[in-house]
Amino acid sequence: MARIDLRNLAHAYGPNPKEPRDYALKPLNHTWEDGGAYALLGPSGCGKTTLLNIISGLITPSHGQVLFDGVDVTAMPTEARNIAQVFQFPVIYDTMTVYDNLAFPLRNRRVPAPAVDARVREIAAMLEMTDVLKKRARGLTADAKQKISLGRGLVRSDVAAILFDEPLTVIDPLLKWQLRSQLKQLHKKSGYTMVYVTHDQTEALTFADKVVVMYEGEVVQMGTPAELFERPAHTFVGYFIGSPGMNVLAAEVDGTVATVDGTAIRLPRAYGKSTTDRKVELGIRPEFVRVARGEGLPVRIRKVEDVGSYKIARLAFGSREIAAIAPEGTEFPADDVGAVFDPAHLNVYVDGHLVNGTPVRGG
Amino acid sequence: MDRPTNQKAWFLVLPVLLLVAFSAIIPLMTVVNYSVQDTFGNNEFFWAGTAWFEEMLHSQRFHEALARNLIFSAIILAIQIPLGIVVALSMPRKGIGVSICLVLMALPLLIPWNVVGTIWQVFGRVDIGLLGHTLEAIGIDYNYVRDPLDAWFTIILMDVWHWTSLVALLCYAGLVSIPEAYYQAARIDGASRWAVFRYIQLPKMNRVLLIAVLLRFMDSFMIYTEPFVVTGGGPGNSTTFLSIDLVKMAVGQFDLGPAAAMSIIYFLIVLLLSWIFYTVMTNYERGGQ
Ligand SMILES: Nc1ncnc2c1ncn2[C@@H]1O[C@H](COP(=O)(O)OP(=O)(O)OP(=O)(O)O)[C@@H](O)[C@H]1O
Ligand SMILES: [Mg+2]
Repeated sequence: MARIDLRNLAHAYGPNPKEPRDYALKPLNHTWEDGGAYALLGPSGCGKTTLLNIISGLITPSHGQVLFDGVDVTAMPTEARNIAQVFQFPVIYDTMTVYDNLAFPLRNRRVPAPAVDARVREIAAMLEMTDVLKKRARGLTADAKQKISLGRGLVRSDVAAILFDEPLTVIDPLLKWQLRSQLKQLHKKSGYTMVYVTHDQTEALTFADKVVVMYEGEVVQMGTPAELFERPAHTFVGYFIGSPGMNVLAAEVDGTVATVDGTAIRLPRAYGKSTTDRKVELGIRPEFVRVARGEGLPVRIRKVEDVGSYKIARLAFGSREIAAIAPEGTEFPADDVGAVFDPAHLNVYVDGHLVNGTPVRGG
Repeated sequence: MDRPTNQKAWFLVLPVLLLVAFSAIIPLMTVVNYSVQDTFGNNEFFWAGTAWFEEMLHSQRFHEALARNLIFSAIILAIQIPLGIVVALSMPRKGIGVSICLVLMALPLLIPWNVVGTIWQVFGRVDIGLLGHTLEAIGIDYNYVRDPLDAWFTIILMDVWHWTSLVALLCYAGLVSIPEAYYQAARIDGASRWAVFRYIQLPKMNRVLLIAVLLRFMDSFMIYTEPFVVTGGGPGNSTTFLSIDLVKMAVGQFDLGPAAAMSIIYFLIVLLLSWIFYTVMTNYERGGQ
């Protein structure tokens, strides 16, 4: 149980990194609070595994420091860091029994046999593996192997933090759901600092108190699921979280007015005048787009998907698409269709990053 | 379910059967033929029954040669397998070092066997050989022509030089197939160097080790060329292995009957021991720890 600080941390796999794209991890400062349950969310190749491996010490970062409870551990080997990690692909010692597999991390640290036994049985019960404890690990199914891998990560009771690197990828959905809630319970009970890597947003949102979103080697936002939903700090977060993702439209902004393809839209805050050398975009979630007649952006309804409790309207705006979510039973107008954005939820992005603007009185 | 049977399929395997017959079975049968008959030249043959086999099995000369073979193979396996593993473990996993290592290690395997023998025959000579002369210069009484122990030492050293890299290369192939994640997990689990070897590397090398043991056993048990070139079976009979003895008997003394019986017994021993190795090692892999 520890607080983990990353200070000016960056990592490049190759020697002599020059450009930003030489870095698998761009310079970042970040704190994982003691006892927090974090989800690390991001697309493939964005540097999630790299970040975890740096925290656990499997990789030495090319720049910056890692601190556990204020102590610099950057140069410390993995063994000395007292950290548990579960890998993306199950790793099992296949000549050993399931029991020996689970006991391995404890025995290596010379935990007395009775304590090992108690702990192994506890974890096995949690993973529902008590009846296969005596079996050799080799012959087991992929599910079972991944559970063993997970179990080895959980078996030590004194770790500073547990890092999960997509630990449930090959497990079937029902079991996945069960294991996830068990992990959540374990977190409540034990108070470990947990970091859970995934690229599945539901998994992230159900497991974590705080979600950290990474994109191309950067941490683009950290926040509660609600914060990520309401004010995505980066267009990528808006697009990645939510289904369908946030609508992003290129625009020109001047003061409280945004212009999208010649149509003016009022903004709730004032912004500087946009310049041509930077990319300015408006972001609005489909939940806050209303389909109306004779107002808003002129669009054409391309198709309506009925997903049960609500409808998704796919609107064509020029060559682009805007998604709108409407309650069940909504009738859409037949002609002169317009998309109206709820001003309170309009966000402005410059080069992908959210700009806050200044609130305007009465606006 | 009724499968349609089609006897024509036999014609398809006929070429292979013929090939095997001409290359293996027919020559073997001629040996069997010799082993049960007696001949005094002139193409005259007399039925001898199992006489040659009995003579062989009771012959002290055969027993001694067999014992030499068994000891030699045991020493070879005891040195080359562990040494091969150690070499494989210390080879680099990436970078240009890999190709350099692989080429250097493959070199002894590419040299014709009689050349290997000649190299060591010269290398060990006390008058001009680097090894022999150096040993003599530092005051060690070494002479493989006179001393049986020195002869054995030379032949074993030669075989280790010649064949350890085969074992190492096979083990290396097993080692590089281990995903990086296993080593990472071992570090997280706090495994010692020994535990990594015992629980990750050795299990992954199991299959290739089986092949290595079989190849090295069969090959060392049938060794002929190299000791023949270096020592010619001497001094005395001290390095006369079954194969050398066999050639002496068949070609030197022209005792075709006993030699044929001996080759069949020899063949059966190789087959039997190989089968034992195979069974033991595959059982080990499948069964308990
Ligand atoms: N050992 C390595 N050597 C060189 N480059 C690497 C290495 N490992 C990862 N990379 C690169 O670093 C970047 C980040 O990789 P990383 O494995 O951290 O991504 P990830 O977010 O874990 O992706 P995934 O979701 O696919 O697991 C990628 O561009 C990858 O190609
Ligand atoms: Mg990864």
